[in-house]
Amino acid sequence: MPNYSWPPMASRKVMGQRLSRTDGIEKASGRAKYNSDLNKPGMLHAVLLTSPYAHAKVKSIDTSAAEKHTGVAAVRVIAPAGTEIQWAGWEVAVVAANTELAARDAVKKIKIEYDMLPHVVVENDLKKVKTRAKPAGEQLEGDPDQAFKEADVTLEGNYGIPTLTHCCLEPHGQVIGWGADGKVEFNPSTQSVTSIRGDLARLLNIPATDIHVHQDHIGGGFGSKFQPDRWGIEAAQLSKAAGGKPVKLFLDRATELMIAGCRPSGFLNVKLGAKKDGTLTAWQSESWASGGIGGGGSPPIPYVFTKVPNRRQNHTAVSLNTAPIRAWRAPNHQQASYLTCAPLEDLAAKLKMDPLELFLKNANLTQREDTYVRQLKKAAELSDWKKLWHPRGDSGKGPIKRGLGIGVNTWGGAGHDSTARTTIHPDGTVEVELGSQDLGTGTRTIIAQVAAETLGLRVPDIRVKIGDTNYPPSGTSGGSTTVGGVTSSTRKATVNALDKLLAEVAGGLGAPADQLEAVDGKIQVKGNAAKSLTWKAACQKLGVKTVSETGSNVPREAAKEGLNTGGVGGVQIADVSVDVETGVVKMNKLVAVQDIGLVVNPKTAESQVFGACIMSICGALMEERIMDELTGRMLNADMEFYKLAGIKDIGEIVVHFEIDELNDKRGVIGLGEPPAIGGIAAISNAVANAIGTRVPTVPMTPMNVLDTLSGRKS
Amino acid sequence: MSEILDPEKREKRKGRGFSRRGFMQGIGVTGAVAPALLPEQAQAQTPPGVMGPGPVAITLNINGKPMKATVEPRETLLDTLRNQLDITGAKRVCDRGTCGACSVLVNGKVSYACSILAIDAQGKQITTIEGFAMSGGKPHAVVQAFVNNDAQQCGYCTPGFVVASKAFLDHNPNPTYEQVKDGLGGNLCRCGTYVGVRKAVLEAAKMMKGGSNA
Ligand code: FES
Ligand code: FES
Repeated sequence: MPNYSWPPMASRKVMGQRLSRTDGIEKASGRAKYNSDLNKPGMLHAVLLTSPYAHAKVKSIDTSAAEKHTGVAAVRVIAPAGTEIQWAGWEVAVVAANTELAARDAVKKIKIEYDMLPHVVVENDLKKVKTRAKPAGEQLEGDPDQAFKEADVTLEGNYGIPTLTHCCLEPHGQVIGWGADGKVEFNPSTQSVTSIRGDLARLLNIPATDIHVHQDHIGGGFGSKFQPDRWGIEAAQLSKAAGGKPVKLFLDRATELMIAGCRPSGFLNVKLGAKKDGTLTAWQSESWASGGIGGGGSPPIPYVFTKVPNRRQNHTAVSLNTAPIRAWRAPNHQQASYLTCAPLEDLAAKLKMDPLELFLKNANLTQREDTYVRQLKKAAELSDWKKLWHPRGDSGKGPIKRGLGIGVNTWGGAGHDSTARTTIHPDGTVEVELGSQDLGTGTRTIIAQVAAETLGLRVPDIRVKIGDTNYPPSGTSGGSTTVGGVTSSTRKATVNALDKLLAEVAGGLGAPADQLEAVDGKIQVKGNAAKSLTWKAACQKLGVKTVSETGSNVPREAAKEGLNTGGVGGVQIADVSVDVETGVVKMNKLVAVQDIGLVVNPKTAESQVFGACIMSICGALMEERIMDELTGRMLNADMEFYKLAGIKDIGEIVVHFEIDELNDKRGVIGLGEPPAIGGIAAISNAVANAIGTRVPTVPMTPMNVLDTLSGRKS
Repeated sequence: MSEILDPEKREKRKGRGFSRRGFMQGIGVTGAVAPALLPEQAQAQTPPGVMGPGPVAITLNINGKPMKATVEPRETLLDTLRNQLDITGAKRVCDRGTCGACSVLVNGKVSYACSILAIDAQGKQITTIEGFAMSGGKPHAVVQAFVNNDAQQCGYCTPGFVVASKAFLDHNPNPTYEQVKDGLGGNLCRCGTYVGVRKAVLEAAKMMKGGSNA
């Protein structure tokens, strides 16, 4: 069995380097083609008609005028009479026309009558949702009643975190053609090039082999772009109806925000019990959340501090007439981190204790005590905690109050199923092919780094081909599983290919193949640069043959091989200033200390953490889906009022990775998700520290902050 | 409408451009307002070069080249670029002037192409990212600085940022860190690349002073 293990940290030449991403120029110059950029000959544009009502029955639908509209090629009814609409934005009909404007005009000519039904779209008050509440039953551990009796101090509090929408800048959608020959050419915006083919095949009831999927770049997914979706199926059917012409259907911004993915909310009434020294002894919680009509959303609380000895927990899923949730960069973890770390800091405030001490004190209630202790101390150092932290409510005079707060994270991140094929050509060209995708994390670049490292070459010597179902299957990019999966499969495929090449040249070098190595652009006898062939000369020995080998990462077996593993922790500390006259929260600094395994590219890895921190700032201070109880519609389905942070809103971001031999030995671990978890909690805690009281719900908009300060309930 | 499409009239309009106000007036006269006006008044208010409401042939000056398109007067410059001319560096994201993903230069000024009508862009110098990002196979300093500082992830917002950054540096060749943050405030990124963007713009400023791609 070949030795696949990573070369020792100290001897790596390409992996671990801060390299710029290989597709950087292509993207930054605007030449990169996303599937939403495609213009194909004869292409039709499709536009959806969606329901303005949150709950209604379609009484009648008449598309005749739309069909006659100039330029219209095909019209399809998605929700025929009798359909029960369950959320505003539900797809009702779709039109394909030769221009987008014609399709939009035709959509307006579709006549629909609805019978209105009662809706529920807001869940912040559990009492109001009545029959929509589905309690999950009580979870009990130890004896919380006794523990509360014995506790030196108890804390009760209410907290809430809203529904967010993914708001990918490239909307969901695709260009798709379903030809008369039965073949489907599918160009979606997807996080799953390989598996979306099988999913679409099932939905269209055709063999998967009749579908070809291709995607060079994706403009953001964050967990919301795995499935072909209703619009994918409909666009395919429109294409078929229009004689196979390709159909382009990407959602407009409002529809994107309404139905193309959201994060479940989370609400909590909690009681904590503790000893005088801050040791947690009891947790009792009533929590609820909604993920749309199916309920859903169940934050794993208490988060990270899972070993609180006495616990009683009741969680209720609320069914709302809103579009369903989709996986969100660390599903349920942001909510859980906030709903745990906020009450913990409130407990510390009640104990008049430094929350850093309280977190440290209870680190033994986590699964990785050493990690969190180390990280809390490092984050405290980087945030100047000793100097800047002050007891809650002790923020000095003047309207600008400064405060610090803590949030924690944990995640898995082991590699997914992935197969790579490495091909070495007689002219020395090396290709690595995988049916994976680059979400913007730098997947192409790290694949090239692994292959180059393995072959003793440089990154520009490797041609990476991804994003196509003609390449070997690779898993979905979700759960921070891509980096572990593709680096491991690439390593194995490339080691296998190299072994074949070494066997071919062994004779010429007068040494057995297992005595040869690939270093510095040469194949040489181990440790003897004098007995060597240049890479090109070695490959020429292949004659007319190519060497082409595959290698797979199989999650079940991966831990044994040690190429990738999972399981990390991280700590974030936020430093904010709050203007108590205007309610504006300003980020001074966000420190992220992250546990990480082998780092393939520190530059792109750092970018992941910067992005995750900025996403947390958005979630803590501005983002929120606002539903109108009366009409059942989303009030801010646009980017003016569904707010994201801009370049001025983020303060300084400090990233600290724990890169060392010990962590390196754990192999590659995914990074996209963990640093996106604890920031909201940290910022909420920092605001509480600054203004002396808890803003009980996020986002901490100026209005929300001022309401809290004036004792109003917002 | 036929009058509006009359090639002779179109010829006369050449070079004078076309304003949104004129377009609105045109629609007003043929639409709801007309019955309230006497014919002479209507005539007096009708500008000579009204276009639409049907499709009209226009020529746009894009990246120094004249390009022909047939557009409806309500069509945005962005959609004309992307759907008709296959110039797709500018992206459609918010489609209403909030995010900057569609940024282009109009007479050297950074503008949201989603918020300009194609007919209004006639007679103006339109520069898209394709017009300056690469020359002779070499990336523009701003492009190179974005790559060096990893100022992009998914990259969908990036062309808009690069265009805005170039325009910003054209007008502020020696920016401070604070000025960069103000200058790039009109663009949004969902992946969170702002840390890299700040560094990239400052690096590009240095590179441009050094004569590279200035
Ligand atoms: S698409 Fe034009 S500003 Fe957002
Ligand atoms: S890089 Fe993805 S939106 Fe900016």
